[in-house]
Amino acid sequence: MKPAPVSYHRASSVSDAVDLLTTLGEESKVIAGGQSLVPMMSFRLARPEHLVDITRIPGLDSIELADDELTIGALATHQAVLESPVVRHSAGHGLIARTMRHVGHLPIRTRGTVGGSIAHADGSAEWPLLAVLFGARVVAEGVAGEREVPAEELFFGLYTTCLEPDEIVTRVIFPPAKGATGFAEYGLRHGDFALAAAGVVLPSAVGATDARVVVSGAAPAPTRLPATEAAVAAGASDEALRQSVMADLDELEVDDDYQRDLVTGMVIKAVKEARTR
Amino acid sequence: MSEPKMSRDGAFIGASVRRREDPRLLTGAGRFVDDIELTGQLHAQFVRSKVAFGRILDVDLEATRATPGVVAAFAADDLVMAPIAALLDRPFEQFRPTEMPVLAHDTVRFIGEPIAIVVARTPYAAEDGVEAARVEYETFDAIVSTDAALAHGARRLHDGAPDNVFVDVSLFDTPGLDEAFERAAQVVEMTIDSGRQNALPLETRAALAEWDERESQLVLHTPTQVPHLVRTATAASIGVPERAVRVIVPDMGGGFGLKCVVGREEIAVAAAAKRVGKPVKWIEDRKDALTASFLAREQRYVARAAFAADGEFLAFECDVVCDMGAYSCYPFTAGIEPLMASGEMPGVYRLGAYRVRGRAVATNKAPTAPYRGVSRPQYVMLLEQIMDQAGRQLRMDPLDVRRRNLITEFPYTSINNITYDPGSYLESLDLCEQMVREEGWFERQAEARAQGRHIGIGFACFSERTGYGSSAFAARKMLVVPGFDISDIRMDLDGTVTVTSGTMSHGQSHETTMAQIVADGLQLDISRVKLHQGDTDRITYGFGTFASRSAVIGGSAVQLAARALGEDLLEIAAHLMETNLDNLELRDGSVHRRDTPDERLTFEEIARVAYLEAHRLPKGVSPGLHATASFDVTNDGTFSNATQAAVVELDPDTGAVKILRYFCVEDCGVAINPQVVEGQARGGIAQGIAGALFEEVTYDANGEPSCASFMDYCIPTAMEMPDIRLAHLETPCIYNETGAKGAGEGGTIGAVGTILGAVNNALEPTGTLLERTPITPRAVHAAMTGGTR
Repeated sequence: MKPAPVSYHRASSVSDAVDLLTTLGEESKVIAGGQSLVPMMSFRLARPEHLVDITRIPGLDSIELADDELTIGALATHQAVLESPVVRHSAGHGLIARTMRHVGHLPIRTRGTVGGSIAHADGSAEWPLLAVLFGARVVAEGVAGEREVPAEELFFGLYTTCLEPDEIVTRVIFPPAKGATGFAEYGLRHGDFALAAAGVVLPSAVGATDARVVVSGAAPAPTRLPATEAAVAAGASDEALRQSVMADLDELEVDDDYQRDLVTGMVIKAVKEARTR
Repeated sequence: MSEPKMSRDGAFIGASVRRREDPRLLTGAGRFVDDIELTGQLHAQFVRSKVAFGRILDVDLEATRATPGVVAAFAADDLVMAPIAALLDRPFEQFRPTEMPVLAHDTVRFIGEPIAIVVARTPYAAEDGVEAARVEYETFDAIVSTDAALAHGARRLHDGAPDNVFVDVSLFDTPGLDEAFERAAQVVEMTIDSGRQNALPLETRAALAEWDERESQLVLHTPTQVPHLVRTATAASIGVPERAVRVIVPDMGGGFGLKCVVGREEIAVAAAAKRVGKPVKWIEDRKDALTASFLAREQRYVARAAFAADGEFLAFECDVVCDMGAYSCYPFTAGIEPLMASGEMPGVYRLGAYRVRGRAVATNKAPTAPYRGVSRPQYVMLLEQIMDQAGRQLRMDPLDVRRRNLITEFPYTSINNITYDPGSYLESLDLCEQMVREEGWFERQAEARAQGRHIGIGFACFSERTGYGSSAFAARKMLVVPGFDISDIRMDLDGTVTVTSGTMSHGQSHETTMAQIVADGLQLDISRVKLHQGDTDRITYGFGTFASRSAVIGGSAVQLAARALGEDLLEIAAHLMETNLDNLELRDGSVHRRDTPDERLTFEEIARVAYLEAHRLPKGVSPGLHATASFDVTNDGTFSNATQAAVVELDPDTGAVKILRYFCVEDCGVAINPQVVEGQARGGIAQGIAGALFEEVTYDANGEPSCASFMDYCIPTAMEMPDIRLAHLETPCIYNETGAKGAGEGGTIGAVGTILGAVNNALEPTGTLLERTPITPRAVHAAMTGGTR
């Protein structure tokens, strides 16, 4: 459990990092908090030849609210978000801070970064789910310049995004949730990888159709459940919700009964939390 | 840090003296093997088998030796190391002798088995060297279940073990058993399966070896529960006299049994250090600790139990099959699990007729070692499920079924030929039930059930033989017979006392508890007592710490040694004070006259005479102040007992088992340090819960273990632990001086069965019975929904 030899490069700015990635080529990897990459390197499952450390780039860890939109810098840690008064007190973003207590344990949260989690795209992680739930825009910078990618288009599958090798996530912009929110997650242990999780945004007004329900544990990447979103918008009962989730899971071809019940249970729990807030 | 406090009557025994180990351990000043740095030290890692079962065709270390930073690399043929052989003195039908080579040389039998040792300047270079090694195998189909191992025509793991059976013993077969089944009112049938676990000490295994030319001695620093046994095995393997090996154990981060056997790696490190002439350090990484050290607990019990209409336990028949993995561990052998299960059932229950067969089976998995409780968590789980099921079938309160059968008169000689010393079997059950009742859990369960919630309450009654003496291990027919312990005690010129123990604290705080015993024995302050342990050059041969033996056996030896030293002090004082012994007593670090209590000689004054004015000693008394004592248990030992109870709630969506409350009423006789006993109980229960609900090492069809990290090996955290309410009963041991019984394992022994009983109680409305641990959420969910598991 010792990594293979690797060269270390410290980037002083985003463009410096992009230059390094371009020059060093495909065998280079961005490292920030290292909470996923370093264990994989220790097992020698990942063996990049070069690490480009972006943690010293100034200004990438900001957390700001402007025009109701929350912008979280790529280097903000999970714990910083959890503790951030800006996030906690923003009416449309409180769920993001609340969800952070599900992210690993304190040592992981104090090192792991938002940008790292988004770019790593672990299908069971909280950040990709939150990004899709809020309709976040992920800002990435590469040789071709800066671009904004809607979260729903970012995640292809397990550990897979549409980011280019030379692109670095610099910040994530979260529009506010317009309705009440809820989140529920189930793992074998507290802080463990989620076997299923659900995030819910209730409709912004009675009769509105903008409810959102996003789950993990039903597909390799976080997934919206359209039938369930409609049911939530219609104020469905637990039983009706259960049926709508099952219908969505049929569409997604989830056929493991246990997994279906887990996802359903989390959706119902998250809806309940949203409705009682 | 304030000085420890005595108990109310002034005694240290029975007082929750603060752990003397804590200041260093809690401030990072502890010294573990990895904290020791020797000049010029090199680092080792192992080339390990990538196949579960195969013949080694070639080991090519050329690229390894050419790897930057690598100093040397040795395969089996490059170092002289005799294999480790753990033996029982039993006929071939019962025991098949096999060997565990230090490095595999012709056959590999599990994934992770060490094949070569790589020595390098850094741990990183050592791994680079490991990666560069090329091993060619002829691969055989992996045998990953006992069924496959026992199947007709299965390939043998060991030539010496036909049918892949290490041990096959049928210890009891009471005449009339079949008739008892025929006349039974109810027969309970039960098959219990227990998953494979890792004892998982926080500190992994390690070794730091150096050949000391000046002493002509190999010094081996290693965290082991059994320092002298490591010395014996290492000396024998590398072919040097026993005296040429010194084993030193610094602070240890747990063992739980995994470190009470001799590992191959420490011997290979010793041999490599001797060869390269430089210190070599090996720190096992977590991946190897999880996959390639020693595992435990994978057992199946197929049982039948006969009950009379009034609940009397008439007859019990059980077939125990233990998956011991690839090798037999030293010194206990692969018989450890089946012999424990066969020999100690039916535990706390009176029984009319008993038939048992126990087998240890070889498979292509990492080998096994004793793990806290050894088989007892499993057979207690079996017996307690049987009691519950008997209650269901007989329409009796399951606690009354237990009461009908618990041993209540002592000493009691059981069907298993064990004579049980006094305990509080019934009292602990009554008290535990009362605690559950007081908190209203039976009513709360009824209310919850009415609301469609699934709350269950489970109980487990059990006892635990602690302090196995020589006779108990001899009865197992072990060739190495652990049992006694020897203590040397010495008072120095300043009146301070140094005492040795052959036991080895790996977290149990012997530096505190052994000192408590000495302080009371000599009537001096605990700050004046120091314990030496874990150095084979300084301590007379001892068997270390396992099987809850330290307080019972080591503590008794320490106490007898203190008493002998006290007698020496009195004899010298009597001479100096010109009075007779009856007129003297030990008090406050002095010898006092009884007739004129103000007149006294302090220990320092006596020690001054003993060392610096020997001419003043009474005739025939040797200079100096030292004594030696030994202690052994010559009968069946002493039994701690307990009843545990758990209240659980099952989540219908996730199948998760939430422990709402946990109760434990334990009786370990005199608690030398109640806080230490409480810590043992709580920690033990945590490990039992881990086995009941969380941890399992599984293997795929190729023998690849599932758990390479804590992502997959699901060790519970503090967040998963329930609130535990403890109560202590005290039935002192009548065979030893302290009255203490062992307290190390009981927590774990009871918790697995308690939790399974609670879950099954909660599942009663569904009509499903779970018979396997760990109880996975998926299995609970399936039971609740009637779906497939």
